[in-house]
Amino acid sequence: MVGFFKRFRNDTLAMSVSFFLGTVILLAVLAPLVAPYDPTAQNIINKFQGPSLAHWFGTDQLGRDVFSRILYGGRVTILVSLMTMAVTILIGTVLGVLAGYFRGRLDDVIMRICDIMLSFPSEVLILAIVGILGTGIANIVLATVIAKWAWYVRMIRAIIIQFMDSNYIRFAKVSGCSTGHIIRKHLLVGALGEIAVLATLDTAGTILNISALSFLGLGVQPPTAEWGMMLNEAKNVMTTNPGQMLAPGVAIFMVVAAFNFLGDSIQEAMNPKIDKVFKTRRSLFGAMFGRKKAVIE
Amino acid sequence: MKQYFVKRLLWMIPILIGISFFAFILINLSPSDPAEVAIRVNEITPTAENVAQMREQLGLDDPFLTRYATWLGNALQGDFGHSYVNNKPVAQEIAKALPPTLYLAGVSLMIIVVVSVGVGVLCAVKEDSLTDKALRGIVFVGTAIPGFWAGILLMWLFAVKLKWLPTSGMTAPGAVILPAVTLALGYISTYVRLIRNTMIQNKRENYVLYGRVRGLSEKTITRHVFKNSLQTSLTALGMSIPKLIAGTVVIENIFAWPGIGRLCVTAIFNRDFPMIQAYVLIMAVLFVFCNLLVDMGSVWIDPRRREA
Repeated sequence: MVGFFKRFRNDTLAMSVSFFLGTVILLAVLAPLVAPYDPTAQNIINKFQGPSLAHWFGTDQLGRDVFSRILYGGRVTILVSLMTMAVTILIGTVLGVLAGYFRGRLDDVIMRICDIMLSFPSEVLILAIVGILGTGIANIVLATVIAKWAWYVRMIRAIIIQFMDSNYIRFAKVSGCSTGHIIRKHLLVGALGEIAVLATLDTAGTILNISALSFLGLGVQPPTAEWGMMLNEAKNVMTTNPGQMLAPGVAIFMVVAAFNFLGDSIQEAMNPKIDKVFKTRRSLFGAMFGRKKAVIE
Repeated sequence: MKQYFVKRLLWMIPILIGISFFAFILINLSPSDPAEVAIRVNEITPTAENVAQMREQLGLDDPFLTRYATWLGNALQGDFGHSYVNNKPVAQEIAKALPPTLYLAGVSLMIIVVVSVGVGVLCAVKEDSLTDKALRGIVFVGTAIPGFWAGILLMWLFAVKLKWLPTSGMTAPGAVILPAVTLALGYISTYVRLIRNTMIQNKRENYVLYGRVRGLSEKTITRHVFKNSLQTSLTALGMSIPKLIAGTVVIENIFAWPGIGRLCVTAIFNRDFPMIQAYVLIMAVLFVFCNLLVDMGSVWIDPRRREA
């Protein structure tokens, strides 16, 4: 673990990405203190202003300050995504550990339920649940969790099973450690790195998902600022003011890219000996091959 | 192999039953009474009387399992009920919207295959060269860029600014290009990486060394490596076909493409439950069958997996 932090600190990219994300999250949390304007305050006379000292990113079609809206929008987009990821990973870890540790009938039941959940493409499942429960951010979070948990149970179970085969777990069992002790002190600590990688990459995906749904008008409702919804509004004024598409798009792009980089860096710091070919996006591969293997089993 | 196929086919039965059951109970999870929704969407004020009447008309007062059986029986005969909004048969609406979506997804698939094979092989052959690095940089941007943002940027550049292509709809010539390219972007980056990495991995195998020793030309060796790398990409591609069709939702809404994705989003706004239900069921069945075909196909093609 010490080696992990040392390698992570020596990785310039990892550190700059962490610094960037830290700043963005801090700005999002502190948006009410930092933002120069009220994100919903309209000023029609000042609409479509270019960037200036008073309005760093200009103003939108209702004369609202785009910079303030980006800050407040980040609050919704990033914080909601982080929360969604936390719930999904928590469910995934609990069920994944149960299935992977105890195996047997419990494993069978959990895995068969996962099989059925995974039979739905997650995009379709999210749409279906939002369709039934109605639009709104809370329903989107719920839908994302329902659509994604099964995939994480499967991934984390596979990680746990790998550890169960290792000698130190066998030794811990033979030497009479309690189940709780083995899970807490050996399995969870061992799997922490892999789960962190999953969580980071998942956050990137969730941000894309939530902003896409808001873009369609199914998520956050006006006048609340949210990056996807800002793009939706920008689309309507595309012919006259294409500049409106820039700020929210760049914001989503940079945060998603940063989370992707972070996932890679954690992986690299965790496993420095890994073959160069597999260095990038090993988890994405795991996703593809892991599933295939599971079907053949 | 036969045993595996039979097992895989039999396993479809519980999965299909599970899927249909899930699609059915979705409506029952709704916080609002479907009968009330059906009345409200037609802008009639629900009263105790007309709600009761609608409940009877929709058969909502029957026992749960009876309703499920009736619904499933009808669905198997291609009857998904009537839309709450315009009272047309849902099956008919979906049948009308399916061809445009398949057309869009098909064109997109072609773009994905051509571009990812081209770029992927080029990157693998010129491993770690400037070309490889530059192409991988572009590909990385492709993964992080949100599809809907790429869509409106392309639309602005090619339709509004340059006026080369139409902004939306599917009647004008060339209308399919922008939505198909937008849809393909995200997948291209995945497959370029997949093809490049499996090829580089294969290049380190002994058969390549043996080929060199035999004095085969680099071109022949690349062809061998490519063939051996194809398997993983084909499997992944097969699995992403239903995802591609599902992924048209956002793109169809941006480009006003008259397919099932747009139908579904409209249905969500209108709370048109039978339409949503049919969409979910059809998509899930499509997904399951594609997975089945991919699994069986890869076992059939690759003798090494027959024993598994």
